[in-house]
Amino acid sequence: MTPETLEILQAARATRRPVALLTRMPDGAQCLHPDEALPPALAEAAEAALLADKAGPVTVGEETWFVQPQTPPPRMIVVGAVHVAQALVPMAAAAGFSVIIVDPRRAFATEERFAADAELVTEWPDEALEALRPDSRTAIVTLTHDPKLDDPALDVALRSGAFYIGALGSRRTHAKRVARLQEAGHGTEAIARINAPVGLDIGAVTAPEIALSIVAQVVAARRGKLLGGKLG
Amino acid sequence: MSGTEDILETARAWRAEGESVALATVVETWGSSPRPAGSRLAVTVSGRLAGSVSGGCIEGAVADVAQQVMKTGTPQLLDFGITDERAWEVGLACGGKLKVFVEPLA
Repeated sequence: MTPETLEILQAARATRRPVALLTRMPDGAQCLHPDEALPPALAEAAEAALLADKAGPVTVGEETWFVQPQTPPPRMIVVGAVHVAQALVPMAAAAGFSVIIVDPRRAFATEERFAADAELVTEWPDEALEALRPDSRTAIVTLTHDPKLDDPALDVALRSGAFYIGALGSRRTHAKRVARLQEAGHGTEAIARINAPVGLDIGAVTAPEIALSIVAQVVAARRGKLLGGKLG
Repeated sequence: MSGTEDILETARAWRAEGESVALATVVETWGSSPRPAGSRLAVTVSGRLAGSVSGGCIEGAVADVAQQVMKTGTPQLLDFGITDERAWEVGLACGGKLKVFVEPLA
């Protein structure tokens, strides 16, 4: 790999631009999709690899190429810069997520509490989430316990394509939340997308244990192993 | 494949420090290989390692080849598997098979 190719790949990663690296076997000749004009068969293979987010070999005529997609990391939006969030952020980052913390309470959302592991957003949660445009590669976790902050976030989350939505709070808290969301016009099926109480049931008690249960549940959802909030 | 660690970033940092770097990438797997295609291992001439191409079974062998690749500048495509005599040497106990491409970062 040339240093120039490496720079292009890293710039693409930094700007969340999907790019595929194609390497000819065994001589190592390389090109990038969509940066370079490629023969149609190679361009199609690169496009398919990006769509499936899966690397693999492709044979075109006499040549074998290895196609490696580089897609932007999945995101985790955490609403509430609370104690559990402090434990959650480094674990989610280690699991490969770009983490964004949303909390308009500036005393909580400080660099000191979250170092460089997460981006901090101090807008009101509904405005912040609208701007972040959650997609099928986004997980949303609300941790504030405060309906004034959690509800607007969940309202946007339920209208988005987020692959995971979780809300901290007991069953009783969640029952009240469900009633409020119904009142706001969300249907039963939509509300059932919310994993609450948040996290896999591993008997978590401490903040790091709760964070672990959340990361485990989000990973299970991402890998298609989550059914009704439990491992399927 | 969105790796959890950014091996390329580590490789870039090492290169910026003036180290020679080689990159190894899993390009094909069969059976129960622990790391999927696209998994990367970066190796420096001074012996630093980042990332992985297996569960630790073949990294030593790949790192040796990476040293040759850095010296010659010529990439190599390596086969590892239970049908390979070398499997005993490098101990691919999982029973999987994989191909690893090793190239210089230059």
